[in-house]
Amino acid sequence: MKRFALTLAALAFPAALWAESYPDARSIVSIGGPVTEIVVALGQQDRLVARDTTSQYPPEIEALPDVGYMRQLSAEGVLSVAPDLIITRNTAGPVEVLDQLRAAAVPIVEVEDGFTPEAVVNAIRVVGAALGTHDAAEALATKTEADFAALASERAKGAAPAKVLFILSNQNGRLNVAGRGTGADGIIGLAGAENVMGAEFEGYRILNDEALAAAAPDVVLMMDRQEDHSADADTILSLPALAQSPAAARHGFVKINPAALGFGPRTAEFARVLHLAFADAMQAEN
Amino acid sequence: MVALSQMDEGGAPAIRPGDRRARARGLRAGLAVLLGFVMLVSLGWGAADDTRVLAAIGARLGLAEASLRDITIIWDIRMPRMVTAALVGASLAVAGAVMQGLFRNPLADPGLVGVSAGAGLGAVAAIVLGGFLPAALAAFTGAYLVSFAAFLGGWASVIVLYRIATRGGHTSVATMLLAGIALGALTGALTGFIVYRANDDQLRDLTFWGMGSVAGATWAKLVAAGPIIACALVAAPFLARGLDALSLGEPVAAHMGIHVQKLKRIAVLTVAASVGASVAITGGIGFVGIVVPHLLRLVQGPEHRTLLPNAALLGAILLLIADIISRTVVAPAELPIGIVTATLGGPFFLWILLRNRAILES
Repeated sequence: MKRFALTLAALAFPAALWAESYPDARSIVSIGGPVTEIVVALGQQDRLVARDTTSQYPPEIEALPDVGYMRQLSAEGVLSVAPDLIITRNTAGPVEVLDQLRAAAVPIVEVEDGFTPEAVVNAIRVVGAALGTHDAAEALATKTEADFAALASERAKGAAPAKVLFILSNQNGRLNVAGRGTGADGIIGLAGAENVMGAEFEGYRILNDEALAAAAPDVVLMMDRQEDHSADADTILSLPALAQSPAAARHGFVKINPAALGFGPRTAEFARVLHLAFADAMQAEN
Repeated sequence: MVALSQMDEGGAPAIRPGDRRARARGLRAGLAVLLGFVMLVSLGWGAADDTRVLAAIGARLGLAEASLRDITIIWDIRMPRMVTAALVGASLAVAGAVMQGLFRNPLADPGLVGVSAGAGLGAVAAIVLGGFLPAALAAFTGAYLVSFAAFLGGWASVIVLYRIATRGGHTSVATMLLAGIALGALTGALTGFIVYRANDDQLRDLTFWGMGSVAGATWAKLVAAGPIIACALVAAPFLARGLDALSLGEPVAAHMGIHVQKLKRIAVLTVAASVGASVAITGGIGFVGIVVPHLLRLVQGPEHRTLLPNAALLGAILLLIADIISRTVVAPAELPIGIVTATLGGPFFLWILLRNRAILES
């Protein structure tokens, strides 16, 4: 009977309202780039004692100890920084390590991963509740929602959506490209464009040249990494698979910040910049 | 020729069997002491260096007070890791020595009978396809699905290989080697096919699984895999006399009264069980199975009766040291242990090899 009442309560209240709250936590480990960004955006970076390898923004955060890659955490490593709260993306692991951390009486707040504006706003509320900063979180959530709304109206004014191909990496001429259910697919959609591979498959795949040629993208999108010389516009657009595409004809090549692939407080801004970049690329008519 | 090369070495004395045995016994005592010491270090030293070790140990025994954090670090993190590293190191080293004796080939390792490839296939399948399991089964296996699948894969692939190589009650070592290569290629292709279907997160998991780690060690896994490894370790010395006889060739061993077929069967199954169980908890850890037996042969000679126990001790020590390094050197993060064993073991093995090349080349 009691359990039934609890279930009812769980159904009646949205997740954010009865999310766990630890306002007194002063030694927090933040795991996952977007989670860390939210903590910082809420002005709580002084409460962080460690972060994971994927947390690299803002740059000051890199001064904190690094507990390793978020899917390969070490229980003793995390405990060595004496955390009283761990906020993490729900894709972190391994599961055994999270179990060991729970056994050591360290509360863990998990933030749902997702590539939609709703997921970002929800993550802000969950992190805000965990930190006990409801007001700041509500303000940030409202601002973020407004940003996404502004983006949507800007998107509506745009012309026909560009067909975009996101290339994760160029492996010696073989291209690893994004399908649906990826951060790239999400940000392309938010920027008012269409992922040419969105209907084809899920995740990232190395595609054969003929499938790429058939997709005929208007714009090629890649991550902006200084060290990666195989990702130059000319190198990519002269590959046989893309040489005949509209993208090669109009030199439609755009680079984005790698951080845009993880959805966080900066996502609306990334999408806005990307929207403008796509419009520019489409305008450079042949 | 032998005398000449020994003179080149600056008059290194010829080692008589009696000396070797005495040397091996001395080595065993030394290694046992060293193992005890390394286990203590492993328990007492880690990333969380403010842990009050003695109090935490005492707390579970009702002798002292300690925080829940310290108790967890000692009893549920460091202790299962220590036991796992020791057991797995011992099992890999002994399995390597047994395989080298059985195949009479210095390069043999458990991978030859398909354990590693099969376990790899099992693990990859579990990581990538685990989500497709019926909910009831997934709830039953839970976090241990990967370990379970790795053990099953390793075991199944050895059984298949053994069946292929056995005809009319005789197992051909040559057929087993060659069929092992064919089966390895097939398993590799299947693994590759599943890897191709994996998503980004799963790919990362796969990469790390291949580099091995003792980090996921828990009491629950030890309770499942530990007894299998322990049984294999206890059984191994009974193979020693047979393996020593086998080094003279199968016909001679048979004339000496060794039941060669039985020996092969027990050796293969022992290795499959212990390595399968080891790989299941720690993922792929290379190198221990080759380096440890060779190192010992250089020092104490090839006799299995003394080689197997010492290999167990040295394997345990080596993996414990590698684990201590892997969890402290980049703390609070952690290096995969396979990287450490190869980085340490490679140059060290080369050094020993170059110093003793006269013995090897004579």
